[in-house]
Amino acid sequence: MRLKLLSRSSLAACGSSKNDKGDRPGALEDIRANGGGFALLKTALLLCLLLFAPFAGAKEAAPVAEDPEIERRMVALSEDLRCLVCQNETIAASRADFANDLRREIREQMQANKSDKEIVDFLVARYGDFVLYRPPMKSTTLFLWFGPFIFLLAGALFLVFYLKRRRKHIEEPALSEQQLKQAEALLKEGKG
Amino acid sequence: MTRFLLPLAVFVVLVGFLLVGLGLNPRQVPSPLVGKPAPEFQLQQLHEPEKTLTSKENLGKVWLLNVWASWCVSCRQEHPVLVELSKSGIVPVYGLNYKDQRDDALRWLQQFGDPYAASAVDPEGRTGIEFGVYGVPETYVIDKNGVIRYKQIGPVTVEALQNKILPLVRELQG
Repeated sequence: MRLKLLSRSSLAACGSSKNDKGDRPGALEDIRANGGGFALLKTALLLCLLLFAPFAGAKEAAPVAEDPEIERRMVALSEDLRCLVCQNETIAASRADFANDLRREIREQMQANKSDKEIVDFLVARYGDFVLYRPPMKSTTLFLWFGPFIFLLAGALFLVFYLKRRRKHIEEPALSEQQLKQAEALLKEGKG
Repeated sequence: MTRFLLPLAVFVVLVGFLLVGLGLNPRQVPSPLVGKPAPEFQLQQLHEPEKTLTSKENLGKVWLLNVWASWCVSCRQEHPVLVELSKSGIVPVYGLNYKDQRDDALRWLQQFGDPYAASAVDPEGRTGIEFGVYGVPETYVIDKNGVIRYKQIGPVTVEALQNKILPLVRELQG
């Protein structure tokens, strides 16, 4: 009964004319009116939900810096950093809890006016070079950096060597006196 | 016949590299902190929140720091090993309760036994970042000078304990 009242009042508040028709009074109309009331109630509830949705969402969303500039810097920096949990994802892209923590850490350090380099050094000191998507150039990574070029050079040298040797093997076919005459005759024939 | 020898040699070398690669575990990222002083921390204790646990408390003795959480499945796997180790009294094990709820953590210890001399609480994983933790469980062997000497990534197995951790602990205890 309470619900009915509520639905009616919401109906009235919204100025619906459905109940005012009054051409077929009775149980059926009552139910219908109720149905309409429920529909409206639902709409009202939905509107309320939508109205408050941003607040509900804010509770769930990952914390972001108030400063959009820091957020932009954080994303730019973390796009070059590897998430150690899901190793093929960047810290910017990963949804892992670990990546979330590191984003928070980077954000906080940026708010504390640390430079990008200082932050990267901080992470490398704790997680090693593996956290970097661009490995630094040092003695242990020289082969990583230059290996492909060494292979390319070796391949090119091999190709040159191979082609030179191959040329030696293919000799000009020596023609006999008779074959030359034959060829000349054929050429003349073609002209004539 | 000799013309096939070089390609064959290259092929064999390549297969060798790939075979070794298959056996490596990409999840085992060597920690740059091994050989460096353990990060300092001062954290609430799990059992007695009014007390704190600091990294300096253990200077002068060899100890293990085990990062654990009640939500961590592999921690259950290693837990009996840690309980046994703590019973043996060879080396004290301290816990770092990582990103956990106090109630859950206490219940977990009640259920499976508490091998820890004390557990420090790191609810937001900040000390975890200092230690380079990227997964739970992880276990650090820390020497008398407070230097990290070994990091076990993943559960402490009986093999890891017998082959690596205990020999190292004995050596460090001197």
